[in-house]
Order: sequence, then C-alpha cells, then structure tokens
Amino acid sequence: MEVSITVNGAKHSSEVEPRLLLVHYLREVLGLTGTHVGCDTGYCGACTVIVDGIPIKSCSMLTVQADGCEVRTVEGVANGPELHPVQEGFWECHGLQCGFCTPGMIMSSVALLERNANPSETEIRQGIEGNLCRCTGYHNIVKSVQYAGAKMRGEDPKGASSEVAS
Amino acid sequence: MTSTSVMGGIVRRKEDPSLIQGKGAYVDDVKRTGELAAVFVRSPFAAATITSIDIEAAKAAPGVHAVYTADDVRHLGPNPAQVAVGTLRPLLADGAVKHVGEAVAMVVAENRYLAQDAADLVFVDYEPGEVVVDLKDAFADKVKVHGDASNILLTWHGHGWWEGVIDLPDPSPGIQEAKERDDTVTVSLEMVNQRLLPTAIEPRAVLADWNSGYGSVELWSSSQIPHAVAGAVGVTFGIPSNKVRVVAPEVGGGFGVKLNVYPDEILVCFASKELGRPVRWTETRREAGFASTQGRGWVGTATITGTADGKILGYELEAICDMGAYSHNFTVAVPLLGLFIAGGQYNFPTSYALHCVVTNTQTTDAYRGAGRPEAAYYLERIVDHFAREIGMDPADVRKANYWKPEDFPVQTAIGLTMDSGDYEKNLDALLDRVGYEDLKAKRDAARAEGRLLGLGLSTYVEVCGFGPSALAGLGFSWGAYGLPTAFNGSGVVRVQPDGTCTVTIGTGPSGQGHETTWAQIVSDGLGIAMDNIEVHHGDSVDLPMGIGTFGSRSIAVDGTATFEATARVRKKAAIIAGHLLEAAPEDIQFADGRAHVAGSPDRAVEWGQIAESAYQPHTLPEGVEGGLESSVVFSPPNATWPFGSHMALVEVDPETGDVDLLEYWATDDCGNVINPMIVDGQLHGGIAQGIAQALYEEAIYDDMGNLLTSSMANYTLPVSTSLPLFSLDRTVTPTDVNPLGVKGVGEAGTIGSAQTIVNAVVDAVAHLGVRHIDMPLRPKRVWQAIQDAKE
Repeated sequence: MEVSITVNGAKHSSEVEPRLLLVHYLREVLGLTGTHVGCDTGYCGACTVIVDGIPIKSCSMLTVQADGCEVRTVEGVANGPELHPVQEGFWECHGLQCGFCTPGMIMSSVALLERNANPSETEIRQGIEGNLCRCTGYHNIVKSVQYAGAKMRGEDPKGASSEVAS
Repeated sequence: MTSTSVMGGIVRRKEDPSLIQGKGAYVDDVKRTGELAAVFVRSPFAAATITSIDIEAAKAAPGVHAVYTADDVRHLGPNPAQVAVGTLRPLLADGAVKHVGEAVAMVVAENRYLAQDAADLVFVDYEPGEVVVDLKDAFADKVKVHGDASNILLTWHGHGWWEGVIDLPDPSPGIQEAKERDDTVTVSLEMVNQRLLPTAIEPRAVLADWNSGYGSVELWSSSQIPHAVAGAVGVTFGIPSNKVRVVAPEVGGGFGVKLNVYPDEILVCFASKELGRPVRWTETRREAGFASTQGRGWVGTATITGTADGKILGYELEAICDMGAYSHNFTVAVPLLGLFIAGGQYNFPTSYALHCVVTNTQTTDAYRGAGRPEAAYYLERIVDHFAREIGMDPADVRKANYWKPEDFPVQTAIGLTMDSGDYEKNLDALLDRVGYEDLKAKRDAARAEGRLLGLGLSTYVEVCGFGPSALAGLGFSWGAYGLPTAFNGSGVVRVQPDGTCTVTIGTGPSGQGHETTWAQIVSDGLGIAMDNIEVHHGDSVDLPMGIGTFGSRSIAVDGTATFEATARVRKKAAIIAGHLLEAAPEDIQFADGRAHVAGSPDRAVEWGQIAESAYQPHTLPEGVEGGLESSVVFSPPNATWPFGSHMALVEVDPETGDVDLLEYWATDDCGNVINPMIVDGQLHGGIAQGIAQALYEEAIYDDMGNLLTSSMANYTLPVSTSLPLFSLDRTVTPTDVNPLGVKGVGEAGTIGSAQTIVNAVVDAVAHLGVRHIDMPLRPKRVWQAIQDAKE
C-alpha cells in the first residue's frame, strides 16, 4: 500500500506491506534506529514516538495507520545541535544507564511536558508509567523530567532537581 | 595525583550524548549487506520425544533459504558451558525436548516476517512424557528429567565446597550441641526465593557474518562477555579464537542474562557459514522466557540457634536450587556464590547445604547478584525472625553478632578471607540518619490507630570483584571456551601522537558508564582532559583479553589494570618531558593537559609535544623506546566484600493486603568511589530490582511446565508509579585488594533490598500473628496471610 508520512518534518512516500509495523517502517525503511523494540505487546514503551502530538507505541501501530500523520522520533527532538531540554535533563541527571529505553522515555517526557508544563512528581511518574526502565529505578528519570520542566519554564533547572549536584 | 583531579567527582557521562539522540548502535541497529533473518521453531511441551519433523513445506515457502534441525548441527556438539556439570544443551533439540520453548528447528529467510511465516509450516510430532516442575518433587526424583540420572546434580556444602584446597571441619555437631542447651532458642522458617526473569529491556540479538575467504567470522551479540563468546564459537567450529571477532556494541541492559554463551550465537554463525550471507536473529520478548536464562528459584529452610540475649550460636541453611533443564555457563556455580557469603557479616558457625536440582523448565543462571541475593535473603530474614522471637530489636541482634573492625582480615565460616569491613559503623550511620527511634515511635503510634505500618531492616555483606587467579581451578575462567585465563582485568592506555588518549579495556558494559569512569581514572593520572580521552570496550579482537562485565567486577579488576597502565604511561612521559624540559623525571608533574616542572608552572610542555617526541624515537633520550602506551593485566589477590544497611517503611492495607512502600533508605559501602553519580545510579537500579522481587516479580510455571509469565503483560515489572525516590548515603571503607581501594557496586542494591521489604511487611503484620509471607508480596498473599493468622 502507498503511504505518505511526515517524519521529523520530512515527508516520505513509501510502498509498504499492510502488516508492516510502524516501528519497523521507521527503523528498517527510513533507517531511524533510535526508536527501539523491547517487547511485542506494547508494554515496555521503548518504541514510543509522537504521532500528531500524542505519544504512541509504534510496535502496536501499523504503518498504514500512520498514513497522512506527522511523526516525531528521538532523532527529531533536538533543535539542530542544541539538545531538547528533556535530552539535556537526562544527561545532567544521569537519567539513563544502558540507554535502550531512553528514546521512548524521552518521547513520553516531551509529550508530558507539552501538555503539562509544571507536573508534580506524581504526575511525572504517571506520565511515564507506560515506559519501562530496568536500570535506574526511575529515580533519576523523575529528576531528569523535573530538570527539563524547569528549563522549559525558564527557571533554574538545577534547583528543580535537588540531587543533581549531590 | 594531579591538580586536575576528577576522581571522586560527579562527571556527566561520555556515553550519553549519543544515547539521548538515538545514535546508540545496539546489535539490531548494525546492518550488513545481504542480511538474512532467522526464526526458531520451539517446543510446546516440557518433556517429549520428537518422533518426526517435517520441514518440506517450510523449505518451499517464499523467501526461505534454509531450515535446520539437529541433524544439521549435531556434529558441532552441544552448547558449551564453562561449569559443565549436568546435561549441556543441544544446539537444536535432538530427539527429545526438556522444557517448553526449547528450540527444535531454525528457519532462515529473506526477512523476519517471511521466516516467521515459514516457521509456522514446520510440523513436529511429539510424544509427550512426564514433567517435573516442583522443586521438592524433582529433589525426590519423582520424575527424572534426563533418562535414569538423578535430578540432583550436586550439593554444595559449606565446609566441603572445595575439597582438597580448603578443608574445614563440619560445623553441624557444634550447632547441634548448641540446640540441645537449655538456654538457647532455635527458630526455623521455610522460605521460597522465587524464580525471576532478568528482563533487560533490550532483548538479546545476534548477527553473524562468516567470511569463507579468511575462514573467519564476525559476530555482533548483545553480550556481557564478548571474549568468552568468541572462544566458544572458535571451540565449536574448530577455529582459533583470533579468527572470531565478537562485538558487543551498545548493550541494552544485562543483569546476568547476557553473561552466557547461547545456542543462537553458535547457530547464526553456522547458518552464515552455510549460506554465505550474514544471518541475524533477534529475540522477541515472549521468546526471552524460553531462549534466555532465568534467575533465583530456591526453596529452603533457614534455622538459627541462639541465646535470649541475642548471641547466635549457629546458622543453618538447606535449600533446593532450581537449575532448569540444561546447564549453561555458570548454572551450578550460582548457588556457590551464595555459599561464598553464607555467614554474611556475622561471626557464628554456619552450616550450608545447597542442592542443585534439574527440572523441566528453562535453565537458570546468573541474575543480578547471582546466589548472593538468595543467601542474604535467607540469612537476613531468619536473623530478623530470631530477633522477633526473643523480643530484641533487630538492629541490636545484628550488632551483637557482627565481625568487628579489628577482626579483619576475617577468615569466614567457609574458609574465604574478607578484606575489610566496619559493619556497626555502617549500620549506625543508617540508624542515625533515618532517626530510628522516632521512626519506631511513629510506626507504633500508627499501629495504635489501626494502621499497619512496618519498618524493615537488612544489612548485608557481599562478595564481588572476581577474581583471584586461584579460583580458575573452580571454573572461574574461560577454559571451557578454549581461553584458559583466570578472571583477570586488562587495560591498555595509549597516548596518540596528537596528545589525545585512547583506552581499551576488557569489559563488556551494559549501562555501567565505563567510558566515563575509566576516563576519570586516566584523566586523573595523566592530567589529560576528559574530552580528550576515548574509552573502547566490548570487542574480542580490538581489545585486550577480557573477561567481561558481571559480578560487580569491572572497576576492581579492569579498573585497576587501567590505573596501573596509566601510571606506567605517566612514568615514561615524565622521562620524555624531563628530557624536553631539561629537568629530572621525578620533578615532572602533569596537569591541565601539560607536563611542568614542580614549582615552575611556566616550564611546561603540552601532551602533544611529549607524544610527538615519543613517536619520533630519534628525539628520545638514550635507552627510551618509541611509543607511548602500556598494557596491563591485573590479577587481584582476593575478591572484594562490599556491605551495607537498608531500611524500608511500608504501610499495609488491612482490607486489601496492598503494600505501599513509603520510604527507602540505604547506606552502602563499596570502598572508594570514583563517580558518585554513577555509583548511586547502580544502587538505584539494584534496589529497584530487589524491591521488584519482594513485591511484584515471579516467573510462574504450571504443572505441565508452561511458563505463564512469558510476556510483560503477565510478568509484573515495576513501573514508575511503583517506586519511591530512594534516600542514599554511604560509608567508605577502602579495600587493600587493589590500589584504587574500590570494591564494586553493581549488585549491592539487589543483594540488600528484597529482604528489607519482606522484613518491613512482616513487621507491619507480625502483631496479628504473621511470621512469614513468601515473595512476591502481592495483595492477595498478604491479605491471605492476615486471614490465616486470625484463625
């Protein structure tokens, strides 16, 4: 089937099998391997991308369902050489270890902060509940999102995340 | 040291800019031209004879290049294992299957979709046999897994575990004598330490490319032990290890599940050799329950005998340990690691018997802590139970039995030597920080209002940093993979002609931040900026001989090798700089990317000038060889023994049994710390995995050997809303086993945490009559325990 999908601002037209998963389209057709596959059931969230403003698990969406949509992946969140505040937060606050869940975690966090600029710790935890991390115990991920939120609000990010400098 | 010291400081990770932008290359991101994809056909039965396999329809399916069965790969022998006690796994099931999900056939096709289509066309006839899953049934040999052989592979005894090398008297008669005294109390609990799925978020993945011209093969594998895999591939195919290059690129979590040699690693090499094309296999999550090793799985009885004033006179543990059906890398050695810390941080007689038993389930092997979380669980649960039964504070009972600082080095109950420890100081640091007395008062006040608050304590000692060369005789080597090397560390430090630095190390990290920590060691030693140091790991050819990353060993062993190599480079550079500056080498200091004469910061040369001279030997002083690098192999004289104290505050809902984890504190001691941010991160993750075992996770098999929890939908992993923020602190008791004074921290959090939670939950409901609840403490179990206690 013919699909036309805008990914990170660039429009792509492709002929795909109806059963091709969106995550495989991103990874194998477009070569955007930042989006990862960690499970087959939509639980781990490593494949999270933002489709028309909503974070979705791209292992549970067919490519043909994304026809005509705008897709953002981890490769598209930075502003050129300038990291997105969420990326910066994960770096500053040691929000990642193995890094495999990180692209999906970043996309869920970006989407969270776009709909709620000043989330509480509980709201952050609820916002990333669909993304599993096996390395961090989520502790520093929460700090990373707090850091990013403060930065996006124009506040001192290091104050928002008390443990950064501890 | 230098004035630019970054040791002990928080340094942002060098790894992260790549990973946060989606640039990290994991195995599934590495592409080779002409790749084919493999899919496995797996057994639906836990015990069966294979009467026929029909592959014709699959072979004729679109895009299929080959379908392989045992007939094709039998000549390669079984999957090699380092500690080869028990039955080794055939690469593909050969006439029989021993667990659900065992691979029976491999289909190779143009892509994974077509390979899966064809796999569905492989028809296998099975004659189902009797299945044994229950550990006690297996121990009693009610059904035998492998022919007429007993299911009991061996029993590790505390006093006889290394016969002929460490001979110890049997402590049992002395403990028996203590039990018969009038002034002693004996308490006992049977407890399950349940089976777990390690569940790295990146499933395992392999990609092989066999080059028939060179007779060599390249294998990308999501592995913690690339050198061992290279050796195993070489041994299997009869080619030397230098013809095999195994690359572990970015590895998306390990936790022990990637500390193995797997049939799929061998089989993709075989298929690539046969077909002349690169061949890839990527595990699906559901497959991970069948194709990757699992952890824990003990049922045991712990017993303590002591006096009413808290003095413990004997500790006994007898446990049946589930090996699964086949033996892999370290399968039967995992309980041995538990035995290594049998008596924990305590000075009392210890008697251990760990029975290694096979069942019709997937193989078990190392999972974060590997034997030590189990050992710490039984010990710290029964010590807590003993304290309750004699009416003493659990902290006081522990203190009454600790080894004292002046006892070190301590000869343990099983004949090993613990390097250093100050357990009471560590526990007091935790108790002071949490305000122990106030917390107990808060708990008691809440209880008076009918709320079920519980306070749980665990302390622990663990053993890591493997390891001493002598342990090679026990199988702590890669000898079975044709690489008879002890568990050394290795590091190469090279200053490039432009004055930047390349470091290559023998580790196989999966998120531990080695590129950053190792760069800190080198930057501190040479005064070269972090940004000018690149660290490479996870490649069996390009890197020095390495053992990999597991057992919290990398920093204590490979880190030390790099530290020593750095010192040697500095020494040579001082000679060259001294020559250039017309000063004595001993007067040369390194800082800020330069070497200068002590006391005269202006008399200086840049690292680039030193390196330029090093690579132009005619400019060097007499007798100094060209080049500026050093390669060091470090063999530690002993393992290291980190320790710590953990505490949890929980609230149990009396109506539902739901456990709310309110607070978690830990005071750990891993010796000196190079990067506190990374060390704390390791503890966060380790603690989360211990909490997860206590509250959520369980690999459940039914009586027919079906794994009921093979997807994330029914294997309950902790999510972000399951856990609190953790409150960490540390004491620092350096080791003298290595010059860095570091001990290792990868597993400490897991070893200290599961029993902390269980002790807290039991504390919350003990006044109702509950004495123990088996993990995971899901609401139904806790609620049922409360109901049972009422009756």
